[in-house]
Amino acid sequence: MKLKKYLIIILIFFFQSNLLANNNSLLIDKISKNLRCLICQGQSVYDSQSDFANSVKFLINKKIEEGNSEDEIYDYLINKYGQWIVYDPEINKKTVFLWLFPVILFVFGGLLIIRKVFIN
Amino acid sequence: MKKKIYYFVLLLITVFVFLLLYKAIFQNNSYVPSSKINKKINEFSARSLFLDNEINIKDLISQKKITIINIWASWCAPCRNEHEYLMKLKEHPNIILIGLNYKDKPSKAKLFVKDFGNPFSTILKDPKGIISIDIGAYGVPETYILDNDLNLKKKFIGELTFKNFEEIIEIANR
Repeated sequence: MKLKKYLIIILIFFFQSNLLANNNSLLIDKISKNLRCLICQGQSVYDSQSDFANSVKFLINKKIEEGNSEDEIYDYLINKYGQWIVYDPEINKKTVFLWLFPVILFVFGGLLIIRKVFIN
Repeated sequence: MKKKIYYFVLLLITVFVFLLLYKAIFQNNSYVPSSKINKKINEFSARSLFLDNEINIKDLISQKKITIINIWASWCAPCRNEHEYLMKLKEHPNIILIGLNYKDKPSKAKLFVKDFGNPFSTILKDPKGIISIDIGAYGVPETYILDNDLNLKKKFIGELTFKNFEEIIEIANR
């Protein structure tokens, strides 16, 4: 009976650590897919096997283990390498045009179509 | 009149987009990082290559004018090319040169400095490349010039050239 208890405890510990490791690796994959490999051409950190990308992946794992949130990891890397490292740059003075231009084009195009429809 | 305005706006947008794209053609498409000049790099600790003891970067900064951190590896070919400049920089009285050995085997790193000479006052190990990322590096070789408060004065990405070497000497002589 005692043995059974121990066995259950061991199994719980085993699966719990496995589950945690799995969660970590999913989060590492998610974060690294959103990061640009700065020394590669057109690859994310997730896709690349370069030394830089591998170091970043290792660092992400370390930061997760230290209890950092996803946003804190992005902020850390942006602080080191600038907005270029993230595929989804935040809206600021330098990137506002990037975000607004498609909207302006969309509105302008929409207005043209509406105008055309009404004229016809 | 309305049609004229319409064509004028359309032309204006076309010219604007054309100029924007035209300008982009001549821009360097490889990433040029903001060098974060005059910003403090994070203080870090690492194990030394020869004694394997933990050393804080602050403890290595002497009262010499500038501290240079060179990120290198024995497997990195450009590191061999720039080595002669590092050997010369070692002789400069205002410079303290620290090596950060990037993702290398200690035995190979030791062999490298034995064969080519050791320009560094201390060599720290960065086996996982994490310290290099913490100071904002991309790979090897990279050279950082710092003042005594760990403020970044200049950053050279890639192999040091003669021009870079002269620039470092000029900074050290200032």
